[in-house]
Amino acid sequence: MAALLRVDDLYKDFAGLKVLKGVSMTLERGHKTAIIGPSGCGKSTLLRCINYMETPTAGHIHLDGELFGETQNGGKYQRMSEKQLARQRSQVGMVFQGFYLWPHLNARDNVAIAPMKVRGMEKRAAYELADAMLEKVHMSHKRDEFPERLSGGQQQRVAIARALAQQPKLMLFDEPTSALDPELVGEVLKVIQELAAEGISMVLVTHEVRFARQVADHVIFLGDGVVVEEGAPDQVIGAPKHERLRSFLKQILEH
Amino acid sequence: MISDLASFFATYEENWASWWPQLLPAIWVTIKLTAASFLLALAIGFLLALGKLSRNRLLRAFATGYVELARGIPALAILFILYFGLLPVGIVLDAFVAGFIGLGMSGGGYFAEVFRAGILAVHKGQREAAASVGMTPFTSFRWIILPQAMRVILPPMMNLFISLLKDTSLCSLITAPELMLRAKDLAMMSFLPMHLFVLAGALYFLLAWPMSLLARHFERRMRRGYRAG
Amino acid sequence: MDVILGKIATLGPPLLLGAVTTVTITLVSLIIAIILGLTLALIQRARITWLNWIIAAYIELFRNTPVLAQLFIIYFGLPYLGYKIPSFLAAVIGLGLNGGAVLAEVFRAGIAAIHVGQREASLSVGMTPWMAMRYIILPQTWRMTLPPTGNYAIALFKDTAVVSAIAAPEIMFYARTLVASTFETAFIYLLVALIYFVLAFPMARLVDRLERQQRAWL
Ligand SMILES: Nc1ncnc2c1ncn2[C@@H]1O[C@H](COP(=O)(O)OP(=O)(O)OP(=O)(O)O)[C@@H](O)[C@H]1O
Ligand SMILES: [Mg+2]
Repeated sequence: MAALLRVDDLYKDFAGLKVLKGVSMTLERGHKTAIIGPSGCGKSTLLRCINYMETPTAGHIHLDGELFGETQNGGKYQRMSEKQLARQRSQVGMVFQGFYLWPHLNARDNVAIAPMKVRGMEKRAAYELADAMLEKVHMSHKRDEFPERLSGGQQQRVAIARALAQQPKLMLFDEPTSALDPELVGEVLKVIQELAAEGISMVLVTHEVRFARQVADHVIFLGDGVVVEEGAPDQVIGAPKHERLRSFLKQILEH
Repeated sequence: MISDLASFFATYEENWASWWPQLLPAIWVTIKLTAASFLLALAIGFLLALGKLSRNRLLRAFATGYVELARGIPALAILFILYFGLLPVGIVLDAFVAGFIGLGMSGGGYFAEVFRAGILAVHKGQREAAASVGMTPFTSFRWIILPQAMRVILPPMMNLFISLLKDTSLCSLITAPELMLRAKDLAMMSFLPMHLFVLAGALYFLLAWPMSLLARHFERRMRRGYRAG
Repeated sequence: MDVILGKIATLGPPLLLGAVTTVTITLVSLIIAIILGLTLALIQRARITWLNWIIAAYIELFRNTPVLAQLFIIYFGLPYLGYKIPSFLAAVIGLGLNGGAVLAEVFRAGIAAIHVGQREASLSVGMTPWMAMRYIILPQTWRMTLPPTGNYAIALFKDTAVVSAIAAPEIMFYARTLVASTFETAFIYLLVALIYFVLAFPMARLVDRLERQQRAWL
C-alpha cells in the first residue's frame, strides 16, 4: 500500500526568491513527523504546499496514492480546478499559527459550517459532529461563545476541532503554539498529544523541540529550503550530526 | 459603428470655434466657485469643530445642530433658499455669491466632523508632552497638534474639494454662469445635448481626476506612515 | 400662526407626495447601487486584468464627474441617439450607476480588509473560493461596510434633489412647480429643507449607532 503522504522533490520560488529547493518526505498512516528549523527556512511554505495553499514551482504531492492538487494528462501536469482542489483539501486538516477562527460564527458554528456546506450534512448531524469534536479538545463548555471571547489557547483548540470535523486523513499543524502566551501553550500541546495517541497522522511544524521529541516518530530539520538532517527523534534531537542543527538546538534549548 | 463615432467627433471639430469661447470663461467661473466655497467650507468647518470641542454648552449645541442640519439638507435646497427664498425679504444675492455661500455652508458641516476627528486623533499625551516642555496652548496647537491632525485631515479635505467641484454644477440651477449652465444653454441652442453634456463631463473629469489621484496618493502615504510609526 | 398652518395645509400635501417619490427613487437607486457595487467588487477580486481596467475606468469616470452631468447625458443625451428614457427611470439609472461606483470602492476595501487567513482557513476545510466568499468573507464584510453604506444612502437621499433638474416628480420638483404658481418662495423651500431633514435625521442617527457599535467590535 502506498504511503499516506509522499512529497517528491518540491521546489517553491516567490518571485525569484528560492524558498524550497528540492524537499522530499513520506509519511505512513498513523505516523507523526515533526519539522523543525530556523525562522524563514521554509517550514510554513512546505506545509502550505502540501495542501496546495501555495502552488509548488516544481515537484509533486501524493495523498493516499492519489496525485494531489494536479491532474496528469499524458506526461503533463496541470493544476486542478478549484472545485476538485476543494474536495481534495477536505481530506487534509490544517491548523494555523494565527488560529483564524471565523469571528462572525460561534465556536460550534465554526466547527459545523464546513460539514454542512462542504459535505452537505444536515444541521442536526453537523452539530452532533461539532459537539463531539469540541468535546475532544475539551471545549464543550464554550461552544456558544464567539471567538473574541475566547483565550488564544481556547481559540486554537476550537480551530483544531474545526479541522478534525473534516475527518481528515492527515492533519497539518503550523506552529500551533507560537502565538500563545506561555501559560496557554500546555493546554494546546496536551490536545495534540491526545490526538497523536489516537493514531491520527500528522505533520507538525514546531519550535517546541522537547514536545516534538515526545510525540513525533520522525523529525526533519529543514535548513534554507533543503532537508539537512532527518531521522528518529532521539537521534536528530538527542545526537545531532550536523553543526547547523547542533547550534540551532542549542539556541532553542537555552530558552 | 466606427463611422458613427467618427461623425460624432467630427461634430466637435465643426463647433469647437463657437463653443470654446463660451465654455472657457464658464470653466473659470466653476474654478472660482469651487475655490470660494472650499475656503468658506474650511472656515465654517474649523469654527464648528472648535465649537464642538469647546467647553461652552451653547457653542457645542449650536455646532452640533448645524452639523446635523447640514447632514440632512440637500445643498440644492440651501441654494434655492439663498437665491430664491431671500428675494421676498429684499435680499438679492448674485447667483455666484448665493452659490458659493450655499455650497460652503453645506460643505462646512461635513468638514466640521473631519476636523474634529483629526484633532481628536492626536493623542492627549502629545498635548501634555508639549505643555511639559513649556509650550503655550497656541504654540502646541500650531506645531504639535495641527501637523499630526493634518495627516488625518488632508485626504478627506481633498475629497471635499472634489465634491465641491462636482457640486458647483448645481449652481447652474440657480443660473450661476458656470460650466454646466453654459453646456446646457449650448445644448438647447445647437440641439446637440449628447455632445455638450459629454464634453462638460469630460471637462469636469479633467479638473477632478488629478485631485483624486493626489488624494489617493496621500491616503496611501499616510497609512504607511502610521504603520511605520 | 393660523396663516402658517393654512399655508402648510395647502402646500404640505403636494410636497409630501413628492417626498414619497424621493424615497422611492432613493430606495430603487440604492438597490441598484448595492447590487452593482458588490458585483464589481467581486469581479475585481478575480484579477482579470482587462476587466479590472474597465471597472477602474468606470469608477474613475463616475466618481470624478458631477451626477448632474451624468443625469443630463442619460435624460437629454440618449434621446439624441434614439433612446428616450422617462425621467424616473433616468433618475434611478443615473443615481444607481453613480452609486455603483461609490459602493464598489466601499465593498472592495471591505473585502480587502479581511485577513487572508480567514480565506485560507476556509479553503483548508474544503470550501471552494466562492463558498469562502459567501459564508466567511462577505458576512464579515457586511458588518464593516454597513456604516459607509449608510452614509452613502444619506448622501444619495440628498442627491435625489438634483433629479428635479430632469423633471422627475420628487419633492424639489413639486416645490419648484408650487413656487411658480404661489410665489411662496421662502416658505416652500424652508418647508422642503425641513422635510428632507426630518427624513434624513433618523437615518443619520442609525448610521452613527452602527459606527459606534462597529468600533466596539473591532
Ligand atoms: N507569499 C510569499 N511571497 C513572498 N515571499 C514569501 C511568501 N511566503 C513566504 N515567503 C518567504 O519565504 C521564506 C520562507 O518563509 P516561511 O514562512 O516558509 O518560513 P518559516 O520557516 O515558516 O519561518 P517561521 O519560523 O518564521 O514561520 C521567507 O523568506 C519568507 O519571507
Ligand atoms: Mg512559519
